[in-house]
Amino acid sequence: MSVRTLFRKVWDAHVVSDGDPALLYVDLHLVHEVTSPQAFDGLRAKGRPVRRTELTVATMDHNVPTVDGPVTDPLARAQLDALRHNCDEFGVRLFATGSGREGIVHVIGPELGLSQPGMTIVCGDSHTSTHGALGALAFGIGTSEVEHVLATQTLPQARPKTMNVAFTGALPFGLSAKDMVLDAIGRIGIAGGQGHVIEYTGEPLRALSMEGRMTICNMSIEAGARAGMVAPDDTTFAYLEGRPAAPTGADWERALDAWRALRTDDGAEFDETVVVDVGALKPQVTWGTNPGMVAPVDGVVPDPGDYSDPEQRSAVERALRYMDLAPGTPLVDVRIDRVFIGSCTNARIEDLRTAAQVVAGRRVAAGVQAMVVPGSARVKQQAEEEGLREVFESAGFEWRRAGCSMCLGMNPDVLAPGERCASTSNRNFEGRQGAGGRTHLLSPAMAAAAAVAGHFTDVRELA
Amino acid sequence: MRPLRSATGSVALLDRGDVDTDQIIPKQFLKRIERTGYGEFLFFDWMKDPEFELHRYPGAAILLAGPNFGCGSSREHAAWALEDYGFRVVIAPSFGDIFRTNAVNTGLAPIAVPADQIALLREPLAARNELTVDLEALEIRHPDGVRIAFHLDAHAQETLVQGLDDIARTLRLETEIDAYEAANCRRVDIKALPA
Repeated sequence: MSVRTLFRKVWDAHVVSDGDPALLYVDLHLVHEVTSPQAFDGLRAKGRPVRRTELTVATMDHNVPTVDGPVTDPLARAQLDALRHNCDEFGVRLFATGSGREGIVHVIGPELGLSQPGMTIVCGDSHTSTHGALGALAFGIGTSEVEHVLATQTLPQARPKTMNVAFTGALPFGLSAKDMVLDAIGRIGIAGGQGHVIEYTGEPLRALSMEGRMTICNMSIEAGARAGMVAPDDTTFAYLEGRPAAPTGADWERALDAWRALRTDDGAEFDETVVVDVGALKPQVTWGTNPGMVAPVDGVVPDPGDYSDPEQRSAVERALRYMDLAPGTPLVDVRIDRVFIGSCTNARIEDLRTAAQVVAGRRVAAGVQAMVVPGSARVKQQAEEEGLREVFESAGFEWRRAGCSMCLGMNPDVLAPGERCASTSNRNFEGRQGAGGRTHLLSPAMAAAAAVAGHFTDVRELA
Repeated sequence: MRPLRSATGSVALLDRGDVDTDQIIPKQFLKRIERTGYGEFLFFDWMKDPEFELHRYPGAAILLAGPNFGCGSSREHAAWALEDYGFRVVIAPSFGDIFRTNAVNTGLAPIAVPADQIALLREPLAARNELTVDLEALEIRHPDGVRIAFHLDAHAQETLVQGLDDIARTLRLETEIDAYEAANCRRVDIKALPA
């Protein structure tokens, strides 16, 4: 057989029926409360069952409150009740709030060992690309497609193009996967990955932990890409071994043999290649209203006049108006009101450890409200066992229950109009964290540093 | 889903790129469990601004937007809101991948046309605000004579023109799905996970 990319190997192994579009088999379908009720209604209306309940798992994450007590929002409660009812009726396993297994859908998939190399994984959520860190082909879908997968365990898909994002250089000390991916998105542009599946490669990528790789794959969609992937290696296998759904015994050995073949063959070609050198990378902070509007922390807010393209210029003008930032303002002079450490991008245990290290022995700046929302019940428990909760709370952070929380503000965790937030999440769109709220994306370490300083600051220079 | 062979009507101009689905339908409206009734919340925050372009085009059937329309979140509610508001077609130089599929599955035609060709429509539309988007002929027509051909993949065209139930179409391949499952072992079993 001719040489193939990692993507192509996984794609080829899942084609049920070739054509344009091909019919692609889905190995794992993750379901949550927000994008599934209309899909279950559709099944009911046509009298269709869920085809493979053992490949389908549901959790509650998007609109669950992160403080103790009942769900007080009647609409959120009705949606959570609908999920519970639908899972009962259709025989879908649900990790409900309080089960100890709940959490952000893209955190619990890898955590339970459900997301594995070579699988196809879908979910009614654009950040499904996260699971590609394990060498899976994982992508977000709409509600009609959720219904389609529930009914048929397949999806008609036009085969995407491939893009190689090749990281080079050595990542400077104190920088993280988040800085790498924000910088990459700034270069690729938020539409640059459209119609493509990205494979991330290179030494700095290989040097990252699984959790760092998840952060990078998570934000593939912010470059417009369909999915992001990393070829599995010993880091991947060490992460997976022993997780509840991972294979065991002889099955594990067989799986390893198959997984080791999941790499892009020498000589296989990508439709596009982008080289990103991280040798001189600095911590990244977004200044605008999309993730591509990003700059190093020692940089300044750009001047719209510097953009020759009129469309870009008006987009920057509009962004600065919304963000209430003047051109030329040093980012380190931008003061913040809120800090959010959480989301499927950056709420795993390593993220919390990194932030806690910065915060330890320090205090959240006066006038800043800071919160930590662990990515899952398990991450929360582990962090508490490691004493991280105490570190955060004694620094003045609020310690919350797991959920999507203020990444998208569907629950009561929202910014007030005009509030400025340093956030470890993935989107700085207008109103994303609350109507009129202003979001700056950055890494967990940088968010922690901003919390302490009251403004953006290079975490490596924190006094 | 109602079939859409052709749409004729006035055009709303939304002259900006990278309109994300968070703007099209903000998160507070995603808590509803219905599939209908999102039109009144379309561009909820932007609509509060009396200067927002869309206020100038009541009753428009076609939205003419900038590149990368519908980027970001996978929420199909964005397509539902546009359709419920009264749009049958969105024309843009490019679309967010997930939005594009969601639109087709909603019966809202996402028509990609290069920016330089969209520019050919500006003057005619300023003189007379009307277009026909013909999904069978794959052509946009202005009453004054401007015609622009566009590409739409055959699968999307069939879905839109016939108002097809995509699941029923896939279930015609059930034998193939059965055969695939018989030949490939299951990767995980969620039912077997301990509580």
